[in-house]
This record gives sequence, structure tokens and C-alpha cells, in this order.
Amino acid sequence: MTNSFDAIVVGAGVVGASCAHYLVEAGLSVAVVDRGSVAAGTTGAGEGNILVSDKEPGPELDLALLSQRLWTELIDVIGPAIELEPKGGLAVGYEQHTFDHLRAFATEQAACGVVATPVTGADLLELEPNLNPEAAGGVFYPQDMQTQPMLAAAHLIARGVRMGRITLHTNANVVAIPRDARGAVTGVETTTQTLQAPLVVNAAGTWGGEIAALAGVNVPILPRRGFILVTEPLPVIVNRKVYSAEYVANVASDDAALQTAAVVEGTHSGTILIGASRERVGFDRTLDWTVVQRLAQQALQLFPRLAQASLLRTYGGFRPYCPDHLPVIGPDARVPGLMHACGHEGAGVGLSAATGFLIAQAAIGVSPLLSLAPFAAERFDAHHVAVVHA
Amino acid sequence: MPIMWRSFMPNLPVNSVHIRIDGNDVAVRPGISVAAALLTEGYRSWRTTRGQQQPRGIFCGIGACFDCLVILNGQPNVRACMTTVEPGDEIATQEGTGHV
Repeated sequence: MTNSFDAIVVGAGVVGASCAHYLVEAGLSVAVVDRGSVAAGTTGAGEGNILVSDKEPGPELDLALLSQRLWTELIDVIGPAIELEPKGGLAVGYEQHTFDHLRAFATEQAACGVVATPVTGADLLELEPNLNPEAAGGVFYPQDMQTQPMLAAAHLIARGVRMGRITLHTNANVVAIPRDARGAVTGVETTTQTLQAPLVVNAAGTWGGEIAALAGVNVPILPRRGFILVTEPLPVIVNRKVYSAEYVANVASDDAALQTAAVVEGTHSGTILIGASRERVGFDRTLDWTVVQRLAQQALQLFPRLAQASLLRTYGGFRPYCPDHLPVIGPDARVPGLMHACGHEGAGVGLSAATGFLIAQAAIGVSPLLSLAPFAAERFDAHHVAVVHA
Repeated sequence: MPIMWRSFMPNLPVNSVHIRIDGNDVAVRPGISVAAALLTEGYRSWRTTRGQQQPRGIFCGIGACFDCLVILNGQPNVRACMTTVEPGDEIATQEGTGHV
């Protein structure tokens, strides 16, 4: 087996899988390297959100809209196994003033290409018959989708492997990223072997900062912990991806303390997932019962009928966040041959398609569909002067 | 043979816990699990899967696999292997999610 490739992707989560997929589509041979197994990190701890609804106008929303289009194409390529459901999202405001705020937010989003429809009264209950009827109103986002993120990562990689274009190396920890005389990367060294490629894509998620450090550059990515509750399988009582208005504010918040806001959705298997908590406590995995109680209470406020449901389990993980809440995507100007595709915080599943697409465009020298300037790794350097594209 | 066994084991628990399985009165030993009670009464499976209606019963026996789900006192999806029988328990076999 050859150890030489056109590109090496570090990280077999959904972002790494998408990068590998689009690099293959662009004609490159790819090695995917992960220190664990496929989707063993943040991807395996996620809900599978593909959302435009929770993004405020700006570069991340542009990325989300591109990603949403690409996911609808991916379903044709990868097939139904990834449980992609174009079910739409529903943001709910209990009080009139939170609903008013939601509507104003939706108007701003609509100007950027988001489809958003305010719904109240009987229309709201028709969309979601088991929703708390006391809610003042909601905004329906038909572009929001859901996938099973572990299946998505696995099937994207498996397709490339079947085609003979992706070589998968699991349980292979990257310990060095060697560089040549002019400073360009030459591949990666793992605990077991040396792989060579002129392009290395850092898709290590929450651990992307460690991979960047191996190449000698700073990419400040830190963990933001989250827990999700899983109910017993139930008949369908939640149709859409339903969340309370506070969720949007929590996503954008810089507060380190615990934040929770109900995000409720059904899955193919009948279980209902209840998120979402956010807190900055490093890599501490200890289950916090306060989080469980708060998430359960907030879910009951949205769907009183869940009071009869038993919880089967909880799971948790670490979202990779950057100080400005934007991901790091594209070539690193400081190290030739190094690209980043990490730091997507809680939106990695949704943003993975556009991320992989833009990485592949950059890899073959095509002008990117979206400007990568807002996502540049160098933006965190003290002396960096932002290039503003008119 | 069972009688002889009991004569050498005078403290062996007797079937003193009265429960109902699918409406039938049965008596089982105290302290055993709901799964053990079902097995004792000759059940090999006591629920069907949600998609294909395949039969399921005890599998891991230690609470991890969630295969042995059963309706206990009206509550569906109780792990039979992790639950001790109590006097008066109403155990019912489960179809699908167990919820209407």
C-alpha cells in the first residue's frame, strides 16, 4: 500500500469526511487519519443539526445557506442511509416580546436568503400539534434539516473507500507534521507510520489547535461542553426541530457559565433528543444533574406531553469554539500546504458540506464560492490586519 | 428430585410473591428480577421490535442493551433484567414502543 497521497485529512468526523469527499470529487487521492475511530469525537456527540435558522446575518449564515444546498445534493450521492430529514425548524417564543424578537430576527435573515415564516395560533398547532398551546408564536424555517451525524461521516468516507480514492487510518494519532526547507508541509507522522502529501487538512475539531501547533501555528480552539438527553422510543409527537427563542441568544453568547435552552427533535428510531446546554469547563466529562434537570424542565415547557416519557440516557461532548464564534476554514498563509477545517462550535454537522466544498476548491486552485477571509486562521494573530473585500 | 433438593436446602425461598403476567396470576420467588420471573414462567420473548415486529427477550442481562423491555404496572420500556419483582406487579408483554 502506498503511503503517498494528494491530500491528508486529519480527523474522521463529519467535517473531515466532507473534506475528504469533496477532495475526491475534485480528483485527489486522500488519506483520512484519526486517533480514534470514525465520528468518535464531537460528531458522535452531536444532534445532527443542519440549521440556517439559528444564524445571524454574516459569514456563518452565508456558509450555512451554501451548506444547506450542498446537503440536499449529497442525499442523492450518499443515499437514505444517513437519515437526512428535511423536516424544517420551528423557533418558539412563549412571551409576546420574545416572539416579536424572533420575528424581527427572521426579517433580517430573510433579506439574506433564509426562508422564514411567522406562525401563530391554529397554524402553529397544525405544524406541531403537541406544542404547548400557551406559546405566543413561532417562526418556521423549512430549510432546516437533520441528519444522523455518525452515519453521515461514515457513509461519506465509505463511498470514497469503495471508489479506491480514500484510505482510512483509524487509531492513528498524528504526532508530527514535518515540513520541508521552504516550510511547506510534507505529510504527517502517526504513531505507526509516515504518510506523505503536499496538502494536510486540519479537521481535528475541538483538538484542531493541537494539530495546528504540530505545524507550528496558533489556532485558538477551546471546548464548550454540551449534554443531550435521550428519551425512550415514542410514537411521533415532535414533527420538526423545535427550539425556544433563547437558544439563538445562547449560541451567540460569550458567557462561560452554564446556559440551557430547549431544543427538541425526534429521530428515525423513535427516540427524542433534548438539548442543548453550553458551558466552558475544559475537557471535564462529568455528568452534571443540574443540566439534566434544566433541559428536562425546558423540554416539558415546549412539549408538556413529554412528562410521560422516560429518559434512557444522556450523552455529551465538546463543541470546538473560537473567540469570535466563526470556524477556521481554508489555507493557512503561514504554512504552505496546511489548510484548516475546524472550530465550527455546535454547527459542524450543518456547516461540514460547505466547509469540505470550499476546502476542495482551494485545494485545486479554484476561486472559492464564498470568501474565506472571515474564516482565516491568521485572524487571531496580534499583527494581523483584516483584508476587507468590497 | 426437586423435593429432595428442598429438604437439604430448608431456607430456599418459596414462591411467595404474587404477581400477574398478561393477566394471569403467578407466584415467584422474592428478590428475583422481572426477567427471571418471565423466564421462570416459560417466556422466551416478551416484546416486539418497533420496525419489523421481531421478538425480543433477555439478551445482555445487565441493563446495557435495552432488549428486555416490558410494560410494568402500566409503564412501558422498563428493563426487565434490572427490576426486582414486587408483590402485586402487573407485567405485560410489549409491542413496539409500548405507547399508544
